[in-house]
Amino acid sequence: MARPLGESHKRFLQTMMANGIVDGDKARALHRHCCETHGAQYTPDKLDEFIEVINAQLQPMFMQIRKGLSEEDGLQYYALVNMAETDVTRMSADYADNELELFRKTMDLIVDSDNGTASSTDILNCADSLQTKKLKKKETEHVLNRLVQDKWLIEKQGEYSLSTRCIMEMEPYIRRIYQDQVKVCHICHNVALQCQMCENPTCGIKIHTHCVARYFKGRTDPRCPSCEDFWPHEIPEVYRPPSSQSQSAATEKTTPTPRATGQSRKTRRS
Amino acid sequence: MLSVVLTCSKLLTAASFRVSINSRAGGREATALYFQIAWESAPSVNVYTSSIRVSISGSLRRGRSFKTTIGSVTGLNIKAVMSQRKRPSNVQSSQSKGARHSEVLLGGGGGDDDDDDEDVTFTQPSTSQVQRGLARLTPAQVDLKTAEVVQFIFVKDQKKIPIRRADIVKHVVKDYRNIYPEIMKSVGRTLDTVFGLMLKEVDVKNHVYILINKLEPPGGELLNMTPSNPKIGLLFVILGIIFMKGGVVKESMVWNTLKKLRVDPGDRHEDFGDVKKVVTDEFVRQRYLEYVRIPHTEPLEFEFRWGQRADTEVSKVKLLEFMGQLHDQDPQSWTQQYRDATSSQTVPVSQR
Repeated sequence: MARPLGESHKRFLQTMMANGIVDGDKARALHRHCCETHGAQYTPDKLDEFIEVINAQLQPMFMQIRKGLSEEDGLQYYALVNMAETDVTRMSADYADNELELFRKTMDLIVDSDNGTASSTDILNCADSLQTKKLKKKETEHVLNRLVQDKWLIEKQGEYSLSTRCIMEMEPYIRRIYQDQVKVCHICHNVALQCQMCENPTCGIKIHTHCVARYFKGRTDPRCPSCEDFWPHEIPEVYRPPSSQSQSAATEKTTPTPRATGQSRKTRRS
Repeated sequence: MLSVVLTCSKLLTAASFRVSINSRAGGREATALYFQIAWESAPSVNVYTSSIRVSISGSLRRGRSFKTTIGSVTGLNIKAVMSQRKRPSNVQSSQSKGARHSEVLLGGGGGDDDDDDEDVTFTQPSTSQVQRGLARLTPAQVDLKTAEVVQFIFVKDQKKIPIRRADIVKHVVKDYRNIYPEIMKSVGRTLDTVFGLMLKEVDVKNHVYILINKLEPPGGELLNMTPSNPKIGLLFVILGIIFMKGGVVKESMVWNTLKKLRVDPGDRHEDFGDVKKVVTDEFVRQRYLEYVRIPHTEPLEFEFRWGQRADTEVSKVKLLEFMGQLHDQDPQSWTQQYRDATSSQTVPVSQR
């Protein structure tokens, strides 16, 4: 029998519902505040156990507070995800059919791409050939803005990628729809959209940019973990967030430098 | 596949008739099921009333029946096959005993009433019906429906749209209607024990609910952790105005006060957009405010009151405390408002 929830658990859950996704530091702070506010026993570093208690109750509802790493900065995030949806219907309350179709097409572009992004030009071209109802340029831009605002997509300099929350939430859907067309990280086995690839034609394994940073940290002679060929790409620094006092929501994070994808990789599919 | 027998006792031409559901699913006799019949046009469906009305074009001969096959439970076209049928004996008669209608139909030709047709009464299922319904389902199936209803409620609540019981039944509960009360009991338990939330009926006649918080509004650090909608600030100013003025104010008072705060209902606001629409439409639909016509006014004037959601979610005591801080006054110095705030009906759920 799952352990019943105290008010501190319910408060944590309500806050997660309101935020959708929070970074690790905020989740830990939230854990503390919830326990303190509701007079529950607080043990620091026991956040995951605290969440497990909640998840046991959420399981019959096909919901879960999941931990994941962001492809943007390699940091840990906690998101409340819905596991019942087998499609993008999670969003169907907010988006019209043709808007959802556009989102699916954008996802197609992102999954097929080498660097996990889709340009606004390509997306606009898709908008023109929607099977439901075509979207004009202005309308497409408006939908894309909403998708960014609702934290499904991230936009950087005209390139769109899937947000951390989107990947965490839709991972089962992505795996089911794209199957082996989607790249998977050799190190952490999660879906990998922004990643580096081994250049050995018989190998071709992919590793998340942030997993690369961690795996090859400090190594002078980085070798592919699978085929042991030299790993030719630039190894990024493990991203360190600025000190936690100045930290607020994840929105203020800057991108890690350098972005290793793109420069040294050849554009080639496996 | 379900086979449905539609019987009628009169000659009809493009009229509505009652559906007698005699369904056999896979050889077993199922309980009467509720579903949408999409014929030529969308039917008008009444929840918990005595019939499903379907308009047809063409005619039915008296005593004839339609045998139809429905591929899935909701909204499919029906193929009709004419066949003679005796009065069905295994209709969910126990359910319709209480509210049996002997005559069927509207319109069409004459002819005497015939008791051949039976209709299914979709009133609130009785306890015994619920028991029987439950006996046929596994706990897992009931849990699944509970989960779906909970999800449905959350989606609606995201927009702060009040949730109609009819919608819950139509879109989620569907063919589990006969155990609807059991599902809703389970939903209520889940909302409370897992989320600290509760469904409150704001319209008893039409069965409309809103989702309210059983936990106290967060204070201190926690307040900063929940993203807030800037519109809430606007709403609170208006609720404050209404409350301090005794519970009802003319709309002009609200607009004037807002204008002093540089929020002009005539202009498009950076954060709120069309202010007038947000206040008179959005907040009203969400049940935060009531916007009511003042009778016998020329030109037409409206007044604002607190809506049901505000009554359940907003603490008047806290509001008064805030006013006290704002004006550097003891909240109790506003004796009428203080009395109003502390009277038991207005204490929000979380503080009872």
